Amino acid sequence: MATTKATSFRALRGLATDTATSLRKRPRPGETAIQSFLFVCGAISIFTTVGIIYVLGHESMLFFASPEVSLVEFFTSARWQPAILEFGILPLFNATLMTSGIALLVALPLGLSAAIYLSEYATPRVRGVLKPILEVLAGIPTVVYGYFALSFMTPLLRSIFGFNTVEIYNTASAGLVMGILILPLVTSMSEDALNAVPDSLREAAYALGATRLETAVKVVAPAALSGITAAFIIAASRAVGETMIVAVAAGAGPNFTFNPFQAAETMTGHIVRISGGDLSYDSIDYNSIFAIGLMLFFMTLALNLISARVVRRFREVYE
Amino acid sequence: MTTSRFDPQTPRRHRLGRVWSALFLGAILIAILALGALLYDIIDGAFGLVAIENRVDPASLAIEGVPLEDLSKEQLTAILAQHISAGLLRRLEHDQPFEERDRASVYALVMERVVEPKIVKTWSLTASLTQRAAIEAEVAEKYPQAQLEFRAWINPTFIQMPQSSKPEIAGVRTAILGSLWTIALTLIVAFPVGVGAAIYLEEYASDTALNRVIQTNINNLAGVPSIIYGMLGLAIFVRGLEPFTSGTLLGVADPTTANGRTVLSAGLTLALLILPLIIINAQEAIKAVPASLREASYGLGATRWQTIWYHVLPNALPGILTGTILAISRAIGETAPLVVVGASAFVALDPSGPFSKFTTLPIQIYQWTTRPQDQYRNLAAAASLMLLVLLLSLNAAAILLRNRYSKK
Repeated sequence: MATTKATSFRALRGLATDTATSLRKRPRPGETAIQSFLFVCGAISIFTTVGIIYVLGHESMLFFASPEVSLVEFFTSARWQPAILEFGILPLFNATLMTSGIALLVALPLGLSAAIYLSEYATPRVRGVLKPILEVLAGIPTVVYGYFALSFMTPLLRSIFGFNTVEIYNTASAGLVMGILILPLVTSMSEDALNAVPDSLREAAYALGATRLETAVKVVAPAALSGITAAFIIAASRAVGETMIVAVAAGAGPNFTFNPFQAAETMTGHIVRISGGDLSYDSIDYNSIFAIGLMLFFMTLALNLISARVVRRFREVYE
Repeated sequence: MTTSRFDPQTPRRHRLGRVWSALFLGAILIAILALGALLYDIIDGAFGLVAIENRVDPASLAIEGVPLEDLSKEQLTAILAQHISAGLLRRLEHDQPFEERDRASVYALVMERVVEPKIVKTWSLTASLTQRAAIEAEVAEKYPQAQLEFRAWINPTFIQMPQSSKPEIAGVRTAILGSLWTIALTLIVAFPVGVGAAIYLEEYASDTALNRVIQTNINNLAGVPSIIYGMLGLAIFVRGLEPFTSGTLLGVADPTTANGRTVLSAGLTLALLILPLIIINAQEAIKAVPASLREASYGLGATRWQTIWYHVLPNALPGILTGTILAISRAIGETAPLVVVGASAFVALDPSGPFSKFTTLPIQIYQWTTRPQDQYRNLAAAASLMLLVLLLSLNAAAILLRNRYSKK
């Protein structure tokens, strides 16, 4: 009796192990290989970032280590003339601020107004017509905008303000056209933010007797403020990094001026002009553009991070 | 009366509302006006009257009544040999033997070296249409030798001709081929890697610190200015990996370049640039595939990859393709990074592979725009028009694709 019991028990246990073995996760080398490959694809983005920081940092170090350059001069001198070894970034930085500032003056009010119209006023049919037009505007390459600035906006400005006041290359023209370029970005991001505000808020405002304008401006827009702010900051970041319009229309030569009708080269414009010429590696010119690039990278990165933080921190969540 | 007793402000508030709604609409109209001005400006430059002076009248080069443009390659070569110096002929033969040249390139040489048409002045389309009489008077007075003719700067020859130092016969053929080569390489690299990364992030990645870093990093990369990618490409692909990108490592270097400023470097740089866009779009598309589909597949015993390959990807494909087309149209229009990576200022021979020197359509527009002469402005306008048509058709394709599949 005892033996039979022991045998059947053993048999039972054997059966259990068999089932466990067959159900256990089998090694699948193919699946693992695929997963590893996909992970590498994802990791390439990390390599890209590391590459950007390494390249910009390394070449900038070489630039700042050279005896002709001092950090203090770099940030305080108002002269950038590589030919006589003067490296003060202020004129380039100032021109970048001017073009971006003008662009934002155009794009922020217009973009936000357009977004309010599309989200709060337009019927679906009108919106269906207007929205694609803005998308077309966003899809035009920046070099074409550069051509537009030089061959349309500049002559227009010159005929309005006088040929002696407005130079052929000037930051005003580049800034205005850049404003048109980033307008669709501001509009679409702000519109998304406005659309995310629940209808119950609008209905409550209407029930209290608010007009459509009051609802839009005093209820919906404040509720979407975090998204709108984020849109503004992203637009600023885009303007700072924009290259071709300023390279074509803003002027080729660093110039420390606050007059928007004078030519002044921006940071991006300078990088393009220097690298488009005959550039020998390890020259101080070559290294200097990486130093400018590093500043540009930090400026845009800071703006992008602030924008992401604004969205996370100040978003009003309605449930 | 009752209205005023309860709320004397109401009419004013409504009036204010109407004014502001007009202002909001006005903002959109300004944007549309800007688009209209841009299109007008480009078309205005791409067509118009020109005054042309020929060194040799093309009619005098006709053989037995057959006009110059219909002659065979052999006849054209003969004309060329007749009219230019032996030294120049040898140099042209050295650049590329005549036997290897096709008819179009020989015809280009005849036009360039023999006929030498010279555009002495150009007018915009608006001026051509509204001030014709004044223009005719001006030409008769200032350029008595010149013929006035209406020229569409964008024409079949413009598309077929290689780049030239003479605006009369310059074309965008090398630039278009350069763009196609670059974009093809960009797509080959960026599409599989981008979709792969999206699959990893959506289907495999658990919520670990590393995966969160990857995701945040991709979002940040999408905001990095394109010129920074150009500098990365310059330092890594052009300079660091020169033996590879110039082709010397594989022993197939183009003898005219032999440095890293090649189509390959440009394609890789643009691939890095659009990678975040492709990943983010593909992630959205994969996210939109319902979980029930995956569960059904797992329930039938499929492995993870089988589920992705046979169920998730086919369903996400339209979305992925739409995103990819949009990213590609962004890459086609990119200029700044390619200038930094080292697009050649002047390329007259077609690119023959990944290791050729390159120029692209936007680069060409940039170079023509920055020249002071009017003729180059017209060329820039014509090239811009081509680029816009190309991009608009791509975007239209993307929108059609999206609409077609989103109806399901």
